[in-house]
Amino acid sequence: MPFREAIWLALAQIRVQKLKSFFTLLGVTIGVMFLIAVISIVQGMSSYMENDFAAKMLGVNTFTLRRFPWFGDGAGTEEEWRQWQRRPRFYHSDLPLVASVLPAGARYAVESQEFLQASSQYARPKQVEAHAVDGDYFTIKKYDVARGRLFTQQEATLGAPVVVIGDEVAKYFFRDLDPIGREFRVRGIPYSVIGILEKQGSVFGLSLDRVAIAPFNSPLHRSTNPRGDVDGIMVQLPTALAMTDAMESVREVMRGRRKLRPGEPDNFFMETSASALAFMDKLKSIMTMAGTAFPAIGLVVGGLVIMNIMLVAVAERTREIGIRKSLGARSKDILRQFIVEAATLSTLGAMVGIVLGILLAKAIEWKTPLPATVAPWSIVMATLLGTVVGIVSGVYPAKRAAALDPIEALRKE
Amino acid sequence: MTAIGKEAPLSTTAERQAVTNVPGAAPDKDWVIVTRGLKREYDMGGEIVRALRGVDVAIRRNEYVAIMGPSGSGKSTLMNLIGCLDTPDAGEYWLSGMLVSEKSEDELARVRNREIGFVFQTFNLLPRASALHNVELPLVYAGVPSDERKRRATEALERVQLGDRIHHRPNELSGGQRQRVAIARALVNTPTILLADEPTGNLDSTTSEEIMRVFEGLSSEGQTVIMVTHEPDIAAHARRVIVLRDGLISSDDRRERFTASLPATGR
Repeated sequence: MPFREAIWLALAQIRVQKLKSFFTLLGVTIGVMFLIAVISIVQGMSSYMENDFAAKMLGVNTFTLRRFPWFGDGAGTEEEWRQWQRRPRFYHSDLPLVASVLPAGARYAVESQEFLQASSQYARPKQVEAHAVDGDYFTIKKYDVARGRLFTQQEATLGAPVVVIGDEVAKYFFRDLDPIGREFRVRGIPYSVIGILEKQGSVFGLSLDRVAIAPFNSPLHRSTNPRGDVDGIMVQLPTALAMTDAMESVREVMRGRRKLRPGEPDNFFMETSASALAFMDKLKSIMTMAGTAFPAIGLVVGGLVIMNIMLVAVAERTREIGIRKSLGARSKDILRQFIVEAATLSTLGAMVGIVLGILLAKAIEWKTPLPATVAPWSIVMATLLGTVVGIVSGVYPAKRAAALDPIEALRKE
Repeated sequence: MTAIGKEAPLSTTAERQAVTNVPGAAPDKDWVIVTRGLKREYDMGGEIVRALRGVDVAIRRNEYVAIMGPSGSGKSTLMNLIGCLDTPDAGEYWLSGMLVSEKSEDELARVRNREIGFVFQTFNLLPRASALHNVELPLVYAGVPSDERKRRATEALERVQLGDRIHHRPNELSGGQRQRVAIARALVNTPTILLADEPTGNLDSTTSEEIMRVFEGLSSEGQTVIMVTHEPDIAAHARRVIVLRDGLISSDDRRERFTASLPATGR
């Protein structure tokens, strides 16, 4: 019997037994649904990381000199973590040395940040992300003001108590008011608001507009980093090509300053968007594995259900099998008929699961900060998976059907 | 259609013996069925039942033969063997010059498909398929393309006067109509033999007559017909009656002997 014929037959069989087919398919459908949803979320997250997160959090062609990675995969062991804690800190005094080896056109800035209690006359106190910065911080971060201005070179040098606040901070602390020129306190120390940043949006539900940025030399620095150190030194190069050279130069001078012997490992870290993304890849593979394990169990159960239903179908249709054999169907025709039926059933279930999975992913995207991207390959894979589950679970029942003796089968009521 | 009433060439006892008494020799192609010493045993829970104990049958093209016998005589076993649904334990079975007793299962399926048209007591139609699709089935397994299948199946249904019922399902048809669908299905592949197992067993006498007229019409057109029955009235329609008893042939006669007791047929 030609293949097309077998599929036509299978579809007719499914049409006749709609409800039974529906229940048969439930396992595969649910398995595929979650599979598609999980893959969509993981894909969405990773494309989000690549396109938005890396640029927003770490900047383009930028590296940040730190004691240890912030966005990386963390210390592997407690021992490593302790070792990181023992590393020497960075100070503002490291900046001139770093700057001295950078090529022309490079920008740099120190950065210190901490979540600190802020207050104004108009709202209850609340935590904000306070940054004490200098140099080209705003340029590197591509921050610009929606209203007001950024601080001047003079204000930066003198450490004037001025602050540029994020959109959300402005809205919360100065509701219905123009914040410019008003007093804004961080840890009780008053600052004058001189500018409001353009709205930045959020990353994974974390708002980027909850910031308050003051000059490094202002009192804010004593609040963010009481020890007098800095969290990191950001460096931005004009081109991606210049990155590698600059990183190597910085590495050399830092090793020299810290008197590291050849062979001794670096006791600092240069974080780039690539190093953060490498961590994301790791996270992605873990999530994919964990997220697909459960749907996989669903598919196995779904396969077993199909196998069971096909066994029942073989028992119910014994006479049909006898008739077909008497009319010239070979064992392999019967085998093919039942395998194709199981595969068609299962593929259909997978297709329904794909549609539901996409809807589920979209619903998650809508209700939570998690982004979702439906990958075309996941649709192809899920369809094939459905077919394979069907074939595998159809083989045993189909073999039983094919092995039936035509005389016995015809005698069956 | 050949002239109605023209007698089909009947084989004589001597001719048959001449064919069945030469083991191993391929019979002349005029003999569609030749069996030599056909034996079949069943193991019924440790007890060996000898259903056939050496049966010699020779049937020539266009013969119309009834196989009779009480239950347990082995007539069903013989039918299954002739129909290539089963294989003998010993003996030879030649069908259309092929030694089918030596063939593999797949080859037997092909033989059933090309050489044999089955008509069963219980019709054995697929309940959810239309008359047309039921008749198409043997052609599906013969690998005939869809268009040609539809054309030939429609022709076969027209031949049994069901041209206006091709899209009906079995449960929308009467018993006689169902059996005619089954006959159309049996004929659609132009088989060498039409093999009917109690074809009127589930039909009333009027409908039985109707089916017998169909068989007679086919026989007069040159179709070889073999019919298993336990009803003498039905067997009387055949031109030759083989009677089985205890796994052996007890008589094999021309119909003429029964003619006097027969009711008038459609001829």
